[in-house]
Amino acid sequence: MELLSGADMIARALHDEGVEYIYGYPGGAALHIYDALFRQDKVQHILVRHEQAATHAADGYARASGKPGVVLVTSGPGATNAVTGIATAYMDSIPMVVLCGQVASHLIGEDAFQETDIVGVTRPIVKHSFSIRHPSEIPGVIKKAFYLAGSGRPGPVVIDIPKDMTAPTERYEYSYPKKVRMRSYSPVTRGHSGQIKKAVELMLKARRPLFFTGGGVVSGRACEALTDLVRRLGFPITTSLMGIGAYPQGDRQCLGWPGMHGSYESNNAMHHTDLIICIGARFDDRVTNNTSKFCPTAKIIHVDIDPSSVSKTVRADVPIVGPADAVINEMISLVQGRELANPEALAAWWTQIDGWRAEREGKLYEPAAPGEPLKPQQVVEAVHRVTRGEAFVATDVGQHQMFAAQYYKFELPNRWITSGGLGTMGFGFPAAMGIKMSYPDDEVVLFTGEGSFQMMMQEFSTCKQYGVGVKIINLNNQSLGMVRQWQDLNYKSRHSHSYMQSLPDFVQLAGAYGFRAIKVHTVEELEPALEEVFRNKDELVFLDVYVDPREHVYPMQVPLGSMRDMLLTKTERT
Amino acid sequence: MRHIISILLENEPGALSRIVGLFSQRNFNIETLNVAPTEDATLSRLTVTTVGEDKVIEQITKHLNKLIDVVKLVDLTEGSHIERELMLVKVKALGAQRDEIKRTADIFRAQIVDITPSLYTIQITGDTGKLDAFLAAMQPVGVLEVARTGVSGIARGEKVLSL
Ligand SMILES: Cc1ncc(C[n+]2csc(CCOP(=O)(O)OP(=O)(O)O)c2C)c(N)n1
Ligand SMILES: [Mg+2]
Repeated sequence: MELLSGADMIARALHDEGVEYIYGYPGGAALHIYDALFRQDKVQHILVRHEQAATHAADGYARASGKPGVVLVTSGPGATNAVTGIATAYMDSIPMVVLCGQVASHLIGEDAFQETDIVGVTRPIVKHSFSIRHPSEIPGVIKKAFYLAGSGRPGPVVIDIPKDMTAPTERYEYSYPKKVRMRSYSPVTRGHSGQIKKAVELMLKARRPLFFTGGGVVSGRACEALTDLVRRLGFPITTSLMGIGAYPQGDRQCLGWPGMHGSYESNNAMHHTDLIICIGARFDDRVTNNTSKFCPTAKIIHVDIDPSSVSKTVRADVPIVGPADAVINEMISLVQGRELANPEALAAWWTQIDGWRAEREGKLYEPAAPGEPLKPQQVVEAVHRVTRGEAFVATDVGQHQMFAAQYYKFELPNRWITSGGLGTMGFGFPAAMGIKMSYPDDEVVLFTGEGSFQMMMQEFSTCKQYGVGVKIINLNNQSLGMVRQWQDLNYKSRHSHSYMQSLPDFVQLAGAYGFRAIKVHTVEELEPALEEVFRNKDELVFLDVYVDPREHVYPMQVPLGSMRDMLLTKTERT
Repeated sequence: MRHIISILLENEPGALSRIVGLFSQRNFNIETLNVAPTEDATLSRLTVTTVGEDKVIEQITKHLNKLIDVVKLVDLTEGSHIERELMLVKVKALGAQRDEIKRTADIFRAQIVDITPSLYTIQITGDTGKLDAFLAAMQPVGVLEVARTGVSGIARGEKVLSL
């Protein structure tokens, strides 16, 4: 067997695990590891400009590819800078392995230079964490970390590595384990058949059924099976914000997404349904609105791989703990050859749904006339047209995020990449970077806002270094629009600190890094500018689109109301 | 309702802090907590008592089970079980009260395990209610210090919590 130092074991183990990219930033406690990376050429290290960006880039990569993202940071400030990104991944159940340098073992607990108890700091936002106590543990721990991050309900795993564990002078036998077995961890591989039968019987008998699916279907690679099941049954489907793309959004059976800014038809359908078939979504507060008024007439089937998600916020009538793909496939085999008990009820249900659709058709927003300030919604629609709905779309957080989710229609899963659970401003740019590096031949679009973008704009430099050609669409409303909207609605338009008084000239800013940037104010300027943006796949182009700062995101659910209680425009409500 | 949850936990550094952290992070309540190694050196046994509605208890056990370090878990209050707590208590013991305290201790089957001219140290085992009652009985003479272990428990009969 080969003898390797801890640092070399790390580099080797990452390669043996099939890791392509590792996003990181060096520092004292990680220098042995960085030296090991220098002496190999299998795993490519991407030097970001802030550790938070490393985590978001790894996260974007993970969401697009389905494989765990990998991060390497140094101790202390390097590790604490990564915390927001770890929390972001945790809230959205994204597989990630974060290697953190740590001060040498003998210094731990002495408030040594750049010492932070990162295992303690991240405890509530990781799936699990490890501290290396002997270099020989390294291959086994890395194997376990990847296994934990990617299996069951995925999530981030932190590995704390004291510097002496990676010393070049100490060498130990290296072999990478082929399998892991942990007596305390065995994710379920299938759902309870009796429960699935019960669920299917309810589905066949339902009068106003509704599929409600989430990120679990996307991460569980169950989108094809889901589409098959939904089509067979002919039921309507609404996907959570995290689940967008699991079912083609252009399809008639898809009602969009539900919740605070969900579509009128989705929210109404949720309110009136008599059976929710929820798969891989968790009924969070941005979806349910007031849980005591939520879906008054519905029975709930809840499929999730994580038992703690079931009956957490709303009680499930038929709980099913299992992976989405296995459960859906079992459902498919049970519905095969069976007929719906109430086809005429389903037809009437569709008539009702089509009625809701028709009510709002063409009334969602008013596009700008020539010469008027652009509406953010129409910019998203234009980008959708130019990219034929095929791009990877990353977003930041705010109004622009909601507009992107509402108006970019996804036909494929893993292409909608947004921080749903934590709502992290600054997520989008590095996430887009992570995606583009793995899918250089695809179009990667970032919808951002001038507020969010300024939280991670240093990453221009990373894009320059690695030639990352993402397309940045800055929906520039010169304000923290989402905050401003709430202030309009709840604080009599007292715009307390939601106004950006000193915006940079983004064209010059991008120019400083050597990137092309275009400023746009009107409809007439938009189309030609978009053509230029998307002319060359490999080039980063920054489009600074000035949009109407007074625009609000609608529909918007009325606080403490039911699903169907919504503001529809500034002057209309349900 | 009050529940007693016993957990077999990997004997790993940080494992206990994950349990305690979970309770504060999710706003669950801990009444008592005790933890010690088992006959298997790789495992600790931890017992928590907590109070909550069924829905909350369900979430507590689900989240505990989700922790990677938790190997097995049982809610002892779901079946018949034996529950014990140990308490050491120092009380003022002067003059005529010394006999009176001794008599009360006997009634509770408590033992005086240390004495000085002015105080007794008493050891008592039992369920939480019995310990509370004993403390109440000692209140008039003057309780100086209390050390309780927190509840430990085990299922009655053939049921065994092991790997
Ligand atoms: C890191 C972080 N800080 C604060 C917030 C609260 N927040 C949510 S949306 C928003 C405004 C975002 O402004 P911008 O990026 O310009 O997007 P817009 O809403 O204007 O489209 C703020 C401050 C957040 N989500 N994340
Ligand atoms: Mg803005």
